[in-house]
Amino acid sequence: MILTLALVMLAALVLYAVLAGADFGGGAWDLFAAGPRAKAQRELVSHALAPVWEANHVWLILIVVILFTAFPPAFAALMTALHAPLMLMLAGIVMRGSAFVFRQYGKSGNEMWGRVFAVASTVTPVFLGMALGAMSTGGAWHGVFPLCVGLFSLSLFAMVAAVFLTVEAPERALQDDFRLRALGAAIVSAALAAVTAFVAPRPFVPLPAAASSVVLGAALLGALWLRRYGAARPLAVALVTLVVIGWGYGQYPYLLVPNVTLHAVAAPEPTLRLLLPTLGLGALVLFPSLFWLMRVFKTVGR
Amino acid sequence: MTEPLFARGQMAYSLAFHIVFAAVGIAMPLMMVLAEVMWLRTKDDGWLTLAKRWMKGTAVFFAVGAVSGTVLSFELGLLFPSFMEKAGAVIGMPFSLEGFAFFTEAIFLGLYFYGWKQLKPWVHVACGVVVAASGALSALFVTLVNAWMNTPCCMEPIDPLGAMVTPFAFHEVVHGTLAAYMATAFAVAAIHAWQLLEKPGDPFHLKALTIALVVAVPTALVQPLAGHHAGQVVAVHQPMKLAALEGHVKTGPRAPIHLGPVDIPGGLSFLAFNDFDAVVKGLEEIPQADWPHPIVRLSWLAMVALGTLAAAWAALTALLVWRNNRQLPRDRRWLWATVLLGPAGYIALEAGWVVTEVGRQPWVIYGVLRTHDAVTPVTGLWAPFAGFAVIYAGLAGVVAKVLYDQVKAT
Repeated sequence: MILTLALVMLAALVLYAVLAGADFGGGAWDLFAAGPRAKAQRELVSHALAPVWEANHVWLILIVVILFTAFPPAFAALMTALHAPLMLMLAGIVMRGSAFVFRQYGKSGNEMWGRVFAVASTVTPVFLGMALGAMSTGGAWHGVFPLCVGLFSLSLFAMVAAVFLTVEAPERALQDDFRLRALGAAIVSAALAAVTAFVAPRPFVPLPAAASSVVLGAALLGALWLRRYGAARPLAVALVTLVVIGWGYGQYPYLLVPNVTLHAVAAPEPTLRLLLPTLGLGALVLFPSLFWLMRVFKTVGR
Repeated sequence: MTEPLFARGQMAYSLAFHIVFAAVGIAMPLMMVLAEVMWLRTKDDGWLTLAKRWMKGTAVFFAVGAVSGTVLSFELGLLFPSFMEKAGAVIGMPFSLEGFAFFTEAIFLGLYFYGWKQLKPWVHVACGVVVAASGALSALFVTLVNAWMNTPCCMEPIDPLGAMVTPFAFHEVVHGTLAAYMATAFAVAAIHAWQLLEKPGDPFHLKALTIALVVAVPTALVQPLAGHHAGQVVAVHQPMKLAALEGHVKTGPRAPIHLGPVDIPGGLSFLAFNDFDAVVKGLEEIPQADWPHPIVRLSWLAMVALGTLAAAWAALTALLVWRNNRQLPRDRRWLWATVLLGPAGYIALEAGWVVTEVGRQPWVIYGVLRTHDAVTPVTGLWAPFAGFAVIYAGLAGVVAKVLYDQVKAT
């Protein structure tokens, strides 16, 4: 049961990294919008985010809720150890979301809010990654390893966002802009992944995961090169999934290295027994609605 | 200020901030959908314009509410880790249900906002109904957690379902949810009444005011009853909170109530226990160091005064509408009263929240865990306190400006 709940949290982290990750990455591409189509790039990002970005918060909330319901002492320990990077991440989340709607619905200062949105979108994943990285350094969050995880998260999110945007772009030129960006972000991600693995405090990435990520990464680069965007999208999703699962595998059984493990801090049986079916019921509401939302506004399931 | 005060301060203003956005997220979707239903039934495009205008306002509030709510779910642990360590397993259930309710609201809001063209009209309305219902549900679940903090139970042996139905659950949910509808409807009514003062008889603002009144009048009339019931439950389960509200020090029978200079003997005993001779416990029962802060009494007085005014206004409005053959009153004095009462609902909502929360002190889990003992050991809490204070103050200003511009554009 403990393992199941841990896996649900990991699955939620995968979904957060893919869905919210793409939203953050989109914001980063707003910051790095350049060339003759900079305005069109920003509009595409805004258009892609608008219907979904609020709903995508739920995965983070789900992780927090499972953590404090099923592993309350671990939640307390993590919130104490990762106090600073999480506060910074939250400030980023607030600024990003607010700036996004202010730009969308405000009558003035839209340019400034656009900048705030872009900068906050770029900085927030770095803090998120630093917090995740600090989970394996006992909470020390300003070391080289957490920083690498932070930058790696940003580049990974930027890669997913760019791949998704190639599918959503309404015209060829814009598609090519994001194709180049996706290629660049994929290469930077590969480099950062290597550096991160090198500076990791303990052998982190299991070999099969590392090998499959190389294969997947190569396939993704190939698909982008050949402009096979329909194929690139699932490959990008698979790659992020693999990275998060690999991270979870390396972290297991620790929630906070070196002394907080999953099994030591689980809540009493009755809570765990109740939480699982609740999550199941929630999923029955959640996934069909999410699928419908994506179907109406995205090119999913058509 | 000390570290615990910074932690409490940050939690307090985070909630005070979020509560406004949450209340809008509960009540605006209902009014939006009512406007849309009117449009479908009458084919008068004025209603459609209204639904869309309100939708734009709601979008801003919902977004800021969503992010400030995310912050809160972390802040519980970032600021009070020992509280969550003790409470998490007991009250995680309503929190996870709240998570799903929020998610449903966000998804269907996305469909509602951007699906005007893609969805069939009644499907679109149904999405709006789901938004309104899930907004109310998420308020219900979060309030259940607060009810447990005030009347904790079910910890040994642990019973997460029992913890959802504590003695405070019913009245907190009813009083709190009514407050959300009432506060928002009063503010909306005031905005459109103000516009009607500038543009008398304007059909757009008349429509808007009509829907706002449909929500504001009944909730304002029922709210004092819900509040009275809440007071009676508090009298039984948190006698010291009641004593603090009334400034009642000496335990004894026939406790009086103070109405300005007048004392009504036995009044408090009767209000609290339906019996003029009932014994009402006074603050002398606990050490003076544990007496709730005087702001609790001030907030309570403000809430009761504003609630009474609001109910009087609601009764007057109902009377005017009835005598006016179901037409809205056009009297400028009535419009002015409506404008002036605009902030009353939100002030009362915030004041009521101060009453429950500051009135619960010095406990975070009433009688079980002291707030002081739950504060994070992390030092330098002034920094997040100051940082988020600046952010929230800025956001409040910008939201007000965005809203003002939207109203001015009508």
